Amino acid sequence: MLGDYSLTDLSSIFVMQGFAGLILFSVYTLMALGLAIIFGQMGVINMAHGEFMILGAYMTYLCSGFFQTHLPALFPAYFFVAMALAFVASGALGMLVEWALIRHLYKRPLDTLLATWGLSLILQQAYRTIFGPREVGVELPAWLIGSVQVTDTIEIPINGMFVMAITLLITAGVALLMYRSRFGAQVRAVVQNRPMAGAVGIDTEKVDRLTFGLGCGIAGVAGSAFTMVGSTGPTSGQLYIVDTFLIVVFGGAASLLGTIASAFSISQTQSTLEFFLSGSTAKVITLLAVVGILMLRPQGLFTLKVRR
Amino acid sequence: MAESKGNGLQSALRRRLLMGLAGVPAIALMPRMAFAAGPATATVNTTGLAVTDTEVTVGILHSATGTMAISETGSIQAEKLAIAQINEAGGVLGRKIKIIQEDGASDWPTFAEKAKKLLVNDHCAAVMGCWTSASRKAALPVFEQYNGLLYYPTFYEGLEQSKNVIYTGQEATQQILESLNWVAKEKGAKTYFFIGSDYIWPRTSNKIARKHIENVLKTKVVGEEYFPLGHTQFNSVINKLKLTKPDVIFTDVVGGSNVAFYKQLKAAGIDLSKQTLLTISVTEDEIDGIGGDNIAGAYSCMKYFQSLKNPNNEKFVAAFHKMWGEKTVIGDVTQAAYLGPFLWKMAVEKAGSFDVDKVAAASADIEFKEAPEGYVKIHPNHHLWSKTRVAKALPNGQFEVVYESKDLIEPNPFPKGYQ
Amino acid sequence: MISPKSTSTVHDNPFMKPMEWISLALLAAVIFLVLPMLLDAFRLNLVGKYLTYSFVALGLVICWGFGGILSLGQGVFFGLGGYLMAMFLKLEASSVENTKIQSTPGIPDFMDWNQITELPWFWKPFTSLPFTILAVIVVPAFFAFVIGSAMFRRRVGGTYFAIITQAIAAILTILIVGQQGYTGGINGITDLRTLNGWDIRTDRAHNILYFVNGGLLVACILFAQYVKRSKLGRILVAMRDKEDRVRFSGYPVASFKTFAFCLAAVFAAIGGAMFTLQVGFMSPSFVGIVPSIEMVIYAAVGGRLSLFGAVWGTLLVNWAKTTFSESFPELWLFGLGGLFILVVLAFPNGLAGIYRTYVEPRLTRRVKALEPAPAVALPHAAE
Repeated sequence: MLGDYSLTDLSSIFVMQGFAGLILFSVYTLMALGLAIIFGQMGVINMAHGEFMILGAYMTYLCSGFFQTHLPALFPAYFFVAMALAFVASGALGMLVEWALIRHLYKRPLDTLLATWGLSLILQQAYRTIFGPREVGVELPAWLIGSVQVTDTIEIPINGMFVMAITLLITAGVALLMYRSRFGAQVRAVVQNRPMAGAVGIDTEKVDRLTFGLGCGIAGVAGSAFTMVGSTGPTSGQLYIVDTFLIVVFGGAASLLGTIASAFSISQTQSTLEFFLSGSTAKVITLLAVVGILMLRPQGLFTLKVRR
Repeated sequence: MAESKGNGLQSALRRRLLMGLAGVPAIALMPRMAFAAGPATATVNTTGLAVTDTEVTVGILHSATGTMAISETGSIQAEKLAIAQINEAGGVLGRKIKIIQEDGASDWPTFAEKAKKLLVNDHCAAVMGCWTSASRKAALPVFEQYNGLLYYPTFYEGLEQSKNVIYTGQEATQQILESLNWVAKEKGAKTYFFIGSDYIWPRTSNKIARKHIENVLKTKVVGEEYFPLGHTQFNSVINKLKLTKPDVIFTDVVGGSNVAFYKQLKAAGIDLSKQTLLTISVTEDEIDGIGGDNIAGAYSCMKYFQSLKNPNNEKFVAAFHKMWGEKTVIGDVTQAAYLGPFLWKMAVEKAGSFDVDKVAAASADIEFKEAPEGYVKIHPNHHLWSKTRVAKALPNGQFEVVYESKDLIEPNPFPKGYQ
Repeated sequence: MISPKSTSTVHDNPFMKPMEWISLALLAAVIFLVLPMLLDAFRLNLVGKYLTYSFVALGLVICWGFGGILSLGQGVFFGLGGYLMAMFLKLEASSVENTKIQSTPGIPDFMDWNQITELPWFWKPFTSLPFTILAVIVVPAFFAFVIGSAMFRRRVGGTYFAIITQAIAAILTILIVGQQGYTGGINGITDLRTLNGWDIRTDRAHNILYFVNGGLLVACILFAQYVKRSKLGRILVAMRDKEDRVRFSGYPVASFKTFAFCLAAVFAAIGGAMFTLQVGFMSPSFVGIVPSIEMVIYAAVGGRLSLFGAVWGTLLVNWAKTTFSESFPELWLFGLGGLFILVVLAFPNGLAGIYRTYVEPRLTRRVKALEPAPAVALPHAAE
């Protein structure tokens, strides 16, 4: 299929295709980061993760409406406020859920799955009741729309680069927090040995709540960023959940680096296949490959060296 | 329920228990024989439908929950509006319409189950309902088996015709062929790229479009891509568009994917005021989610747009807004759903009876001159004669009609040479 | 969850204890007598549909409750069973005579719409009913065997297994939807009419199928009970609680787990086939993640350790779902979601747990008072 095109055409397509893959990579990383913390570090299966993302998206929607009507002068900058708000709202809801639901179930990981599935149904219906069943569109500030003309034939979408930048920032932030801060050390201590961590004076309950809140908050930011590329409806969250879990599992659950590596490999595979095959086939082949590899190497790409 | 614990229930129960022992299937026939009121009812209702001297029951069967609720809400609203207007004007054969609403929950088997409930338990005289092809395919055997009457509002792929269904939306050839002719003539289009969601309606529609493009217009399709429902990443296919540079992008992407697709198209720098994009899946409802700015400049082909200028439509839009709020938009399917109750009412009055067989037979050649889309007529094949219009999306979320077929187009669900 | 009383040996461990016989009799009475008498044909057909889900729940009790393997992909097997049966019925419904308006008569309508002009090879054997029935059992079992043996041998367990099975459900759905020329796509396989010439759409046929379905269900319960009582069942429970000890005792843990998973798959497939027969079509919406998880909740509500509970749980949740969605169509998700959370938080052993804690002790006291025979002192079940 590539025979009929000129070399410059082809090379610029390859550049743009590379960027398409990178954007997908950012999206996947954002989706998976929150879950990597909740599932990878805490071992909690949060099936309502998608709904926490959508909460962030709805916050962005509300924010854009508010700025448009009340503070039109500040509209270009509303997105940053919206993301902060999304983080706070999803994080707060996450902490509430941890307190009301999750903390009773730490010893029964499979049961958290069922309970959070119930939670996701309730949240979906709540969104439907509050925001209506239709999808809502978020108005973007002008500077986020359009693309950068690199050469005559290469164009890079601005919002894609924005998502990439956010992903970079958040990933760096999470890495710092988990591996360079006191809080991160506490989280890892609790993960590795809860009674021992408690014995040396770490308030494990508080750490759990904050960790869960952090994971949900990041999901909220992801949701906020997605309003630029995707849609926001009551059931949009469900679309992401399988992909997200696969990424985290494929990466090796307890490893942040693994999550990023797996998001990278899955997104590149899918984006390349999509270019050569049809969209549906590409998706099936990617998922099959991931499941196949997981069957041969269940611990995922990267893993902590622990005997289970 | 709670107070009916007297002797009546007990004896009814005992009778049923005996019946059950005698022959379980007989129970199904029981309630059907239970009706026998005034003579008027007896003459207009010989098959045991839920018709009394003052009321007639009609079902509404759409998804109020699940992914399809986004699209189907408008249809529910339009049908309720139409029924309210009919009741205000005196009802059907002097009887007010009573609504029983069921939720298909975006789940095809649920549609079949609820359709059966509406027909077998509630004895609805007609059902306004279904939206996706899949829900119709699931419910159709139920309507045929129990001899119900379904008014189906969505534009769809054709290849179907049933005594028990009136299709108030367009079938694929009505919608597509005229608009392809228009784009070929008006834009001088030579190459086309198809992008669709992966299910029967886009695939069949694209097949028809491809045959027309290749055999009639003698031009070329340079690409055809399908994505799973709910897919949200279109950057790769957008790159393919940039590589192949088609004259026309022809899309039938549905649901949430739509939003992602147009946002990413715009972000990738494809300017719809220069690049012709023809869609058969975007109505005002979808633009609500996509955002007018993101799709402005695209052409949509439908039989109805909210901005149509005619007295019928102005009255309809005003009434719709009065009932459901100023901000609600009205798309093609919403208008088609609005037609259902009126077409049924006229067929019942023509037949002088609620009996499904008589209503179905009387439906052919029913004319509805007050239709918001202008004028429609039921073809003997139970589809509607209608006009096709091409309109350009505006940033405010409305459409500006740029072309309207001169005559009503004949519905042709089994098009020769396009299968 | 092993109660300290369960020191009984094989000898004084009969196939079913008196209370269990009573439960079975009660269930049979409700399925075969009470419901058919109280319900009209439409509602009875609905109950028949719900009962097909209880096959899945029954399988989950074995593989999740006893074996500790939670599969979120049971919809795959339910769907496989249903699709295989639907293929047979569809071929029968697509006789040349019925399909003469098509461009290629004699093949299913959706193939014709997708320009397929010849019956694909893997459809051909499904003109035979015995082959179909065999396939309904063998294909899902084989599929489960491949998945199970690949994963259990590498000691994939718990949450990982759940997520991978979930992904498999997603893959199969996309595949079925994408290959619509061969599978009917998102519409599924619809408009099924006859089984070897017998019209399955009439009320009478629905009634007969309902009783066949009930009979199969009771047979499956008895088989599951046999497994539970056998050594294998007790090893499963032991494995769930202390997998390493069982492994160190020399038992091939992976094979036992694979067997439990295959058994659950076969049960689900039987349910799927019965579903197709009673409902008259099959669609990918039973294969995906959402139905798979819903089926897990049936087992959870009924009590993941109780075979009878699985059936009651299925009936209860579906009854609630139908009632809720008929009276409050826009609110039923709240109810369903609340039910999930309530069961997990407050009643982890579901209906059966409530029964065992609150009802059974009283019943036992009554029975004892009536008939003071210490030999049938009804020790709690091994779980």
